[in-house]
Amino acid sequence: MSIFVDEHTKVVIQGLSPTGQGLYHGLRNRAYGTQVVAGTNPRRGGEIIEGIPVFATVAEAVQATGANASFIAVPPAGAPNAILEAAEAGVPFIVCITEFIPAQDEARVYSILRRNFPSVRLLGPNCPGIISPGKCNIGITSGDIALPGGPVGLVSRSGTVFYQALYELTQQGVGQTTGVGIGGDPVPGTSFIDCLQAFEADPETKAVLLIGEIGGSEEERAAEFIGAQLSKPVVAYIAGVTAPPGRRMGHAGAIISGSHGTAQAKMAALEAAGATVAMNPTEAGEKMVQIVRGLR
Amino acid sequence: MDLFEYQGKQYFARFGIPTSPGGIADNADEAVDRADQVGYPVVVKAQVQVGGRGKAGGIKIAADAEEVRRHASAILGMDIRGHLVRRLWIEHASDIAAEYYASFTLDRAAKMHLGMVSARGGVDIEQVAEEDPGAIARLHIDPIDGFDEAAAARLVTEAGLDPQAREGATEVLVKLYRCFVEGDADLVEINPLILTPDGRVHALDAKVVLDDSAAFRHPEWEEFRGLEELDARERLAREKGLQYVGLDGTVGIIANGAGLAMSTCDVVQQVGGSPANFLDIGGGANADQMANALEVINTDEKVKAIFINIFGGITRGEEVANGIVQALSRVDLKAPIVIRLDGTNAEEGRRILAAHESDRLVSVPTMLEAARKATAMAGGTPR
Repeated sequence: MSIFVDEHTKVVIQGLSPTGQGLYHGLRNRAYGTQVVAGTNPRRGGEIIEGIPVFATVAEAVQATGANASFIAVPPAGAPNAILEAAEAGVPFIVCITEFIPAQDEARVYSILRRNFPSVRLLGPNCPGIISPGKCNIGITSGDIALPGGPVGLVSRSGTVFYQALYELTQQGVGQTTGVGIGGDPVPGTSFIDCLQAFEADPETKAVLLIGEIGGSEEERAAEFIGAQLSKPVVAYIAGVTAPPGRRMGHAGAIISGSHGTAQAKMAALEAAGATVAMNPTEAGEKMVQIVRGLR
Repeated sequence: MDLFEYQGKQYFARFGIPTSPGGIADNADEAVDRADQVGYPVVVKAQVQVGGRGKAGGIKIAADAEEVRRHASAILGMDIRGHLVRRLWIEHASDIAAEYYASFTLDRAAKMHLGMVSARGGVDIEQVAEEDPGAIARLHIDPIDGFDEAAAARLVTEAGLDPQAREGATEVLVKLYRCFVEGDADLVEINPLILTPDGRVHALDAKVVLDDSAAFRHPEWEEFRGLEELDARERLAREKGLQYVGLDGTVGIIANGAGLAMSTCDVVQQVGGSPANFLDIGGGANADQMANALEVINTDEKVKAIFINIFGGITRGEEVANGIVQALSRVDLKAPIVIRLDGTNAEEGRRILAAHESDRLVSVPTMLEAARKATAMAGGTPR
């Protein structure tokens, strides 16, 4: 099994245009085997782009195609409304890869979803998306670096370390049930804990690889959950061991302020919760391979 | 973007938050002029983006022009915890009856706004939080509901501010929240927020951190730019639209994505090398961005080898490869390049690079091996 998406997931690409990122990656997702059933663009309703029927609104796309997931790759100014449009149209799973959405907008959108659309799951923003190897790939992950068949569930705050970790497992012949990139922004729609809960409930996921980074306290809270409620083995890696305090490392979220948010504190919390902590993505892959071999 | 105190006060003024009359000065003559305008006594304040200015001697009271000149001369050029003082803020000195604390920020754990008010202002609030957490009144605010006068009044009462300050503080808090939300700030903080003996409440300091992602809807932020405390490499990187943080080592690092860039620094360190920088060329970086990144790294005299670590997702391998090839013809690179390329269109990228490989451009299949190779090429002994 996979979490959040599977082979029945039907994707609508919001803001589809012949030149946008949405089309490029949407076509790659389709080539991977994902059911890309529709696109939306207020100025291109009725057109067909690369075989994808375009509708003026998400509501029309959902009605015509039964789309149950959306992919948003539009620029920051338009992304918040795109997310809300999808939620209002009844799309239960929204993937937004857009980077640099203002934090105030993210907080407002999150709050509206939490209050008015509690059953809608937003993944991102500023995330690589989700891949259930062999079934569905929504976002910007290169499909060939993932391996179907499980038993590892992967969740990551960083995008490119997410790829690295998938690739490390795949090269060792260890498959994944689902890989989820939750994104590094201050207000992610989906948290580590959301994914850990889903992996715990998924019988085919036997172990979890968690990739965190400096800043915030998401990893510490994930550690609490791991210690209290996760029965499956966890390997964790935190990027930014050598990051200097007080300097923002790219992501809006990746900053060590005072004694908070350091890689050391996060690693200690995860270790105390029973997770195996690795010092780099390669070691994380190796440790996970050992665990998986032990399971067989 | 962190604002200096005087910029924070200018930003506060847009939202009607009261501050003391004052002005900026870049030399002693200007300082005296400003002091004459605002009226004595005045406070001469060093403008640096670091805490502990007062203890370091960067804040002085002056009763007359002579004293202003003396303090201004002493403070300008002062090094406060590694920050050079280039500018002063001269403001009319206030009589202080009480000092409070007020701030708004985003609580990432709760995914809501967090307002904090304390009657114990003027000191390090983190210290107050540790010693006496009950002294800070906190309120989580749902962004959809916002923060009105009634909520502000409750918070002020809960914090135990003096009765004669409550009305004024309530008014300031409502304005400060508007500054936080409409002003697209990550943090707005007043410490201290003061009560004067004649019953007025106003901001004696201003800490404002703006959300860079919101710059597209704030053309007025332009005036704050150019004065930030960046070193030459960081300034060049900023101009080129790159996320760059200078470090002290010899291995220049270019990666796509903040996580991988941090991870690359970590791995270089673990194999016995020392990263010279953190550089994220960003998602979807094209050939031009790669060439720009190499130009920035090339200005760093300490760099002895460059490690380019790319795992393509939205970034495409052939674009990266073309950028490197372009840079090789455009820039006279002082250090050799070690590259590791995987992910989206990596094969095509590796094919493009193969034609240019030499002892100045080496392709290595894995991240760990590449880190070792770069460390060795920088003169280190890899583990």
